[in-house]
Amino acid sequence: MKYRSAFDIIGPVMIGPSSSHTAGAARIGRVARTLFGKQPSKAEISLYGSFAKTYKGHGTDVAIIGGILDFDTFDERIPSALQLAEEAGIEVIFTVEDTVTDHPNTVRVKLTEGDRELELVGISIGGGTIEITELNSFELKLSGEHPAILVVHNDQFGVISAVTNILSKHQINIGHMEVSRKEKGKMAIMVIEVDQKIGHDVMTELEGLPNITQIIRMVD
Amino acid sequence: MLFRNVAELVELAENKGVKIAEIMIQQEIEVTGLTRDDIIAKMDRNLTVMEQAVERGLKGVTSVTGLTGGDAVLLQKYIQSGKALSGNILLDAVSKAVATNEVNAAMGTICATPTAGSAGVVPGTLFAVKEVLNPTRMEMIEFLFTSAAFGFVVANNASISGAAGGCQAEVGSASGMAAASIVEMAGGTPKQAAEAMAITLKNMLGLVCDPVAGLVEVPCVKRNAMGASNAMTAADMALAGITSRIPCDEVINAMYLIGQSMPSALRETAEGGLAATPTGRRLQEEIFGKKQ
Repeated sequence: MKYRSAFDIIGPVMIGPSSSHTAGAARIGRVARTLFGKQPSKAEISLYGSFAKTYKGHGTDVAIIGGILDFDTFDERIPSALQLAEEAGIEVIFTVEDTVTDHPNTVRVKLTEGDRELELVGISIGGGTIEITELNSFELKLSGEHPAILVVHNDQFGVISAVTNILSKHQINIGHMEVSRKEKGKMAIMVIEVDQKIGHDVMTELEGLPNITQIIRMVD
Repeated sequence: MLFRNVAELVELAENKGVKIAEIMIQQEIEVTGLTRDDIIAKMDRNLTVMEQAVERGLKGVTSVTGLTGGDAVLLQKYIQSGKALSGNILLDAVSKAVATNEVNAAMGTICATPTAGSAGVVPGTLFAVKEVLNPTRMEMIEFLFTSAAFGFVVANNASISGAAGGCQAEVGSASGMAAASIVEMAGGTPKQAAEAMAITLKNMLGLVCDPVAGLVEVPCVKRNAMGASNAMTAADMALAGITSRIPCDEVINAMYLIGQSMPSALRETAEGGLAATPTGRRLQEEIFGKKQ
């Protein structure tokens, strides 16, 4: 089930004109910002499919940048996001791509600041609901509708069970979980969507585990 | 999940002897773990946003491009002239749907129902039938939960995205949702609500998404007008006891399959349909210059 809540259908409250091309785009931008953890100095946006064809008319560009500035879908600063980004010293580059993607509303967002770099691919599947399909070239599935964490860790035995043990100890139920790695024994990631809020205490406990590189709260 | 299709939804409501809205609320409690009060309060806030958008649109707005705006006002004046042929409640719904979409096109604040491009139909019909049915605030909130329930089925079994399924997935879905909610608010049965949804969606099948210059303006605003009109008529038909020969779930599946076979030019790319007419092309050039 791609849509789980009544508020996926009646909602979001948003600045017009398009739920998929404006609100969804803003949400993808904001997920990128949240994962990046701070304001980037450069944002490179590649638009595909219907996003590429109609982004100007739908305000997709201002919406994505609004999201990167940490604005919610109903933030009235969205229409002036490009100007606000310039004032904040963020270099913004938009590219319109011809490549045909699996989903018609696809965007690739690359944020940089010094050595720090993040690249994700998001799709806007309709009504403002989004999915993140790729993060730093790891394929993943994240709805953005449930609390979720991303765990970057060393590909070692016992790391996954250590993380899930802590969640279970705090009575946090896992709704969806994905694990992947690029190469055996190197960097791996876990994306865990849960039903309950993950408190600071739980985060600190997870960060204290061996072989954990980074834990990011993807969705509160 | 309590239900996955309209048949299950109707059966649940009938067996429990409750409204479809109540089944949606119960499912929301189950899925999100939020309290009933929190869920109602959240929908109440969405209702307030819809109310404000209608009010703003009825005062008159103009989009950035100037392509849309002001039609809701024209229609209200026409209704007040007493010369309207198609009935004041119907036209009130149409004008309030238009009002919402004009606010949306002007980059104002709206609540997507189920999308922004189709955000006029549900509130437009709600605030029109409100004038005759005099619902309580809670009944208006229930109207939205009933719409959510039907929209939920469409979103999960077909699509609510114009880019994926054309306008039938957006205004078509919105109209079906609205028709079902009108029936329930007017005292119809869950089965009659499903019939209204089926009758509406049947008459929206094949509708393409062909926005001029890629803007959610032409023809989106008027498609919401007709979506509201379609919903009102289908609701009355279902309340009169008329049923759909094709069951609601099969209509939804037909909509999905039609969307799948629709060429990309007619799915929100501004490359076909009205967007590709000489006037559509000229407007695009005037707004964005020769090359977009």
